[in-house]
Order: sequence, then structure tokens, then C-alpha cells
Amino acid sequence: MAILTAKKVTKRFGGLVAVNALDFTLEKQTIASIIGPNGAGKTTFFNCITGFNQADEGEIIFDGVPIHRLRPDKISHLGISRTYQNIRLFPNMTALENILVGLHAHLHATWIGAVVRTPATRAEEEHAHEEARRLLRFVGLQGKGDVLARNLPYGDQRRLEIARALANKPKLLLLDEPTAGMNPTESEAMVAFIRRLRDELGITILLIEHHMRVVMSISERITVLDYGEKIAEGTPREIQTNPRVIEAYLGRGSAADIPEQAVRPSVSTLPASSAAG
Amino acid sequence: MNELRRLPVWHSVRIGLIGGVIMLYICLVGMVEVFGRSDIIERVISLGQVLLLLTGLGAGYLAARRAGEPTNALTVLISGVVAGGLTGGLLTGLVVIGSVVNLRAVFINASPALYNALTLGAGPNGAWIPLVGGAALGLVAALFCLLPRRVRQSIVNGLVGVLLAGLFSGLLRVILAARPGWSAELGRFLFASEGLTLAGALLFFILAGGLALLWSQSQATVRERITRLPEAQRKTLRWAMLGLAVILILIFPQISGAFIAQVIVLVGIFALMGLGLNITLGMAGLFDLGFVAFFAISAYTVGLLTSTGEHGIAQWSWWAAAPVGVLLAMIAGAFFGLPVLGIRGDYLAIATLGFGEIVRLLVGSDFLRPWLGGSFGILAIPKPWIGNLELAGPQQIYYLAVFGAVLVAFVAVRLRDSRLGRAWMAIREDEDVAEALGINLVQTKLLAYMLGGAFAGLGGAIFAALVGSIFPHSMNLLVSVNVVALLIVGGMGSIPGVIVGAFALIGLPELFREFDEYRYLLYGIALIAMMLAKPEGLWPSAAIRRELHTDETDETETNPGSSSTVPAS
Repeated sequence: MAILTAKKVTKRFGGLVAVNALDFTLEKQTIASIIGPNGAGKTTFFNCITGFNQADEGEIIFDGVPIHRLRPDKISHLGISRTYQNIRLFPNMTALENILVGLHAHLHATWIGAVVRTPATRAEEEHAHEEARRLLRFVGLQGKGDVLARNLPYGDQRRLEIARALANKPKLLLLDEPTAGMNPTESEAMVAFIRRLRDELGITILLIEHHMRVVMSISERITVLDYGEKIAEGTPREIQTNPRVIEAYLGRGSAADIPEQAVRPSVSTLPASSAAG
Repeated sequence: MNELRRLPVWHSVRIGLIGGVIMLYICLVGMVEVFGRSDIIERVISLGQVLLLLTGLGAGYLAARRAGEPTNALTVLISGVVAGGLTGGLLTGLVVIGSVVNLRAVFINASPALYNALTLGAGPNGAWIPLVGGAALGLVAALFCLLPRRVRQSIVNGLVGVLLAGLFSGLLRVILAARPGWSAELGRFLFASEGLTLAGALLFFILAGGLALLWSQSQATVRERITRLPEAQRKTLRWAMLGLAVILILIFPQISGAFIAQVIVLVGIFALMGLGLNITLGMAGLFDLGFVAFFAISAYTVGLLTSTGEHGIAQWSWWAAAPVGVLLAMIAGAFFGLPVLGIRGDYLAIATLGFGEIVRLLVGSDFLRPWLGGSFGILAIPKPWIGNLELAGPQQIYYLAVFGAVLVAFVAVRLRDSRLGRAWMAIREDEDVAEALGINLVQTKLLAYMLGGAFAGLGGAIFAALVGSIFPHSMNLLVSVNVVALLIVGGMGSIPGVIVGAFALIGLPELFREFDEYRYLLYGIALIAMMLAKPEGLWPSAAIRRELHTDETDETETNPGSSSTVPAS
């Protein structure tokens, strides 16, 4: 059953068509990837889903609800969370506070309740703190709750951002280049972690990724964008052999010369490196 | 030139020249003469002389300390003398030039009286006196540099004690003289009609220096003993301290007299506004340069509803009117927040600036004069009553202000630690991400404006009760700027910082009224110095302090770490 359906979504910035009549379907509890060269419109598509940008045409339906006209906070309430290409934590708040903000949608205390500190508010706060600490442990950041987000090392910041996104108890998690700037060992760990999210929490995951090794190993479905248009869709194996994809990545004419070798090395090294890691 | 720079004397020369320029500045803006009138110790030393002495000593000390890196007494002494001598030397130059050329055409303060003051009455013939005096000061400062640290500290503390006692001698004398008997006797012993007596100065010096010395020696052991106490006893100790503080706060106005009580009420009112702005600006990051508007709206509401004069409409009691004022300020917050919701950062400052000016111009306008009194304001606002007790003067309003500030600070702390406080901070840090995490920007921002406005409104209501009349000119831009400044000085986003900032920026200038026209000069210098030396504020918020702390530990932790990785690679 599809959790997310996009129909003919178009987003223009002035004369530039960033996303062009994109049709896209995402099945429940899958891990899917969107790939494509720089400027292909991947992040813009993410922004359309989360409400950062409003699609000019077309519609996006999440869990049976049309969301393409909703504000980002409403969309978040429906159960979509995301991370960002260049990490966007709240730098001057602690790790714990970052997660607590992520829990915001599930807390209901009013300002009067907060001032008087009613039993309900107190119980809710206690529960929220407990939940936040649990999430810190879940992403392996136990004991770092009081550190300001900006003082965390890079890898920890990535994981904190995911923890913050998870705090919303999302049904759909959008990860924008989760392994950017990581070395192969760290990427392996991240891939395993993303699988855990799906297997243990049952979250549907859509990611944008440039590391082909990561994409091919983790995705069940891959969508390829180029100049805002979908040029291919399918399983990793189908994508690897698709001539249009190779052309988009390597340039016109190269498809005939090196159909398989171009992509095969990145795939073939994968079992070896995962065994090493 | 480069050769010259390598000489050890170079630094002394530079510091000496800087000191000299500062001295010239102090002399030529007329501070020596004006402050020469207020004595620190009667007939011994005036504030003007203290300023000059401090500059000379400071130059000598800085130069000597710089030279003292590899400890060598002779270099230290020479550096001090050179810097001090140069500092004084510039004054000698001033006297010499001043006796030949008439500088008064440009510098109105370069009078013979100034030259006499600088040469201890000898006039142009004594032009050498500042030079030698400066060198002597430099020597003293350098000798001081060679003293052991503990001795140095107690001397400085003693001198600061004398200086403070001298500065506030007028106030302290009045307080002591208010009660006859031993208190008045003590006052006559310590304070002369102007400044301290010699005996008083000595007493303060010994007291401040000695106490500081005692404290520095016993501080560690006292701390240790407290931490070794069982939890139950520590708790009682904390409660006892709190109780003592409450009692002190309660009896304070009876001891301090009306003037200081009035200053504290003003501090309280500004603290209320500061706490309000701390929500909009400090927590939610929404700049507001029109904050005085909420203050004005509430003050005028209370004025209109309670006044027994011509513009009064209801003659309510203050207690009935104040909540209405606060509520209206809150509504004004929402009303004012709506149009500026989409504006961010610097643009917001300009938009809000306009709002504050609109309110000030409206209440002062001829158009609204039949209702708001125009520039004549609203008069005859009665004082609040508690039962049969009238809160007649500042000594009684004091309780209202302190209670209001404590209440609002409590509310602010609760809000900060709640879901809402976190949402505000998230908006301050990254508005888009906050929205993507499910925070309703419209609601949350409006609530920040409303609660901030309500806090400022309470300040306005108390102000109306304190002054008993309201005029448009007390609602000017300077109030808003002061509130922003006290937030920055105290530490952005920090609730105790607001209180500290209010004392530093509102309380101290009130107490230094005798500096009259130089008050704001010093205020400006203090602000700049403060931003250079401690940009995070006097009492930064817990997170910032923690960060400053972790930075230190990080350094100590990474240093051995990085050195150990070098051989490994």
C-alpha cells in the first residue's frame, strides 16, 4: 500500500523548472532512494513534500491526506520528519533540548499550565524528558544530553538530527544525504542504523544520497531524477543497467562504451567492505 | 623603526603615550575640574585627582607587568618609570604649551585653574611636576607589581573599598544620620561634609582589604565544609540563607531611605520590562525596539482608570486598573505582532522602532488631547492601598516593584523550562526547521509578543503608581534602547542577567547623579569596555556558561590527545 503518492508535481523558480511533472509512489515500510546529478531537483522535491516549498502544480498525498497545500508544521503533525543536507540543528541548544523540540508536536502544555506547573504538565514534561533520553540512547549519544549541539562532533550531529526527526514519531522519514562527509566505516554504520529504523520502528524511509555504494546496498527502490524529470525507476539492479541513467551520470555517448563497468565497481566492492566493517 | 620596536622600552613608551592621551582627554573635557569639586577623602584627595592618579598608576602597572615576564626587578622598575613619566610628560607638555599659547579658544577647559591643579598650585613654573609625578606613580606601580599576589589583592580591595565608600559617602552619610544615637555618631566619625574623613578612609581600607584577605584564605575551606555537611543540613543552610535574603529585602527600604528605594523601584520596573523583552528577544529572537509602547499603553490605561483628575474616567483602585493595563498591553502585543510576523532580523528592529514612536506620538498628540491630556499628561493618579495602608512613597511602592519583579521572574523561569520556552528558542535558532518540527510559528511568535508585552505592562502600571502622573516624554525611544542594552549587558536570554543588567544600567547611573553631564560619557565607555571584555554579558545564560566552561575543558583534553596522535601517525 502506498504511503506517499505524488502526481504530476511541478515546482518552478522563475524560469527554472526544478521539478517537472514528477509522478512518484512510495510503498509503506520500504527504504527508497532518490538519486541524480547535482541540481536534479531532489532536495526541491523533499521541500515540496515537507511544505518548505509549495508545488506549483500537481498534488502530493500522504496516508490518504492531500498535503501539498499544508504548512510545514501541519505536515509534521501528520507524521513526516526530515533531516537536512547541511545539518540544521539548533546550535545553541543542548542535544537533549534539540530532541525535546522534536517532541513538540506530541506535547500539549499551555503557557498557563507551564507557569502553574499543573500535575498534567509535570507528568508530560517528565515523560518527554524520559523519551528524549531514550532517543539519545537509541542513536548512541547517551551521556551527551547536556552538550550544546554545535559542540558535538560531525557524526554525532548527524545522529542527533535523526534523533530529533524520530522524536516526532514519524511514519515517513526523509533523509537528505545522511552519509555526506562520512568515511566508509561510518557510512556502513549509518546504513545499518537506517535499516534498524525500518525494521524495528516500521518507518518508511526515503533518502537522497550521492554515495552509490550506500544507495545500492540499502535501497529497495531507486528513483533517478535529471533536470527535474524522472528518467528511471526500479530496483538497484535495474538502475545499474539502465542506459539513460549511465548517460545522465557519465554524459552522452558513454552508455555505448561502458555499460556495466561504470557502475559495477561500486557494487562489487560492497560485500568486501561490509565484511571488513 | 623595527629596530626600535625590538627594544624592551618600546612597550613602555607605547603604553605611556596611550596613558598620556587618556590623561589629556580627562583634563581637556573638564573632568578634572568638575570632579575636583567632589572629595573622596575630605581635603586630601578629590575624585578628579583620583582619576589622574589611576591613569598614571595604570600605565605604570601595565608597562611593568609586561616587562616582568622574565622576572627582572630592574626592567620592571624602569618600564614603570618610563610609562608613568611619559604619561605625566604629556601633561607637562600641555602646561608648557598652554602657558605660551592660548588653548582656550579650542579647549574651553584648558584654563589656568587646570594648570594650577596639574602643577599642585605652582603654575607654569611647575611644569616639571606632572612629569616627575608621573614617573613617581610609575615607580609605585612597578613596585606594586613586585609584591606578592595576595598582598597586591588586598591592597587593591582596600583601595576599591575606600573609593566606593567615598563615591557613595553622601548617600551613606544621610542613611546613618537619619537615626540619632550611635548611628549618627558613626556617621560623623566616618564621613565629613564632603567625602570621607581620614580616619574613615583608613577604617574602610583596613576593613575592605582585611576582609578580602580573610575571605580569600578561608573561602576554600568554607566551601569544603559546606559540601561535607549532610544533605539535610545543607538544605536547612540553603533555606536559612534564603530566609535571610528575604528579610534583608523586606527591611531594606527602611534602612536605605527614600532615594535608594526609589532607585530600586526604577530598577524593578526596568527589570520587568527586561524580563518581557527577554522573552521576545532573548528567547524567541524577535528584535523589538518599540518595547516602550507596551509600557506606555499600560501606564496610560492605569492612569485613565484611576486618576481623580481631569482625564480620569473611572476612579478605580490601582488593583483593579493594573490587570486591565496588563491585559491591554498583552492585546497590544498580539495586535503589534501580527503585521510583523513575516519580518525577520534587522528589518524587524526598524518596523518595531516605528511602532514605539507611533504610540509615543499618539499619546502626545493634540488630536487625542481631550482624552489623554497631550503633552500635559495625566495627573493625580492615586497611590495603591493595601487594606488601610497607602503605598504612599517609594519606600512602600518598593514592595510592589520587588514583588512584581519576583513574580514575573518566576513566571519567566517556568516558561523558559517548558515546551513553550523550547519552541521560542528553536524559532530563534532556525525558524524553518522549527516549523518543520511541528511548531506553529504564528501562535508561538504571537504568544512571545503578548507575554513580553504583559510583563512590560506590569512595569508601566507600577510606574504610574510610583510617579503619580504620566507624560508622553517619559515614553521615549531611550527607554526601549535602555531595555535592549540591559539585556545585552546582563546576558541575552538569561533571567538573572536581566536583574543584574537592570542594576548595572539603571541603578548605577542613578546613584552617580553627581557626575551629571559626564554620566552618559562614562556609561558609553563602560558599555564599549564591557562588550570588548565580556561580550556574553555579566550573567550569561546557563547554556552559554556551560559552553564557555566546556571550551576550557576541551582545550585541556585535546592538547594531550593531539600530541599523542602525532607520533602515532
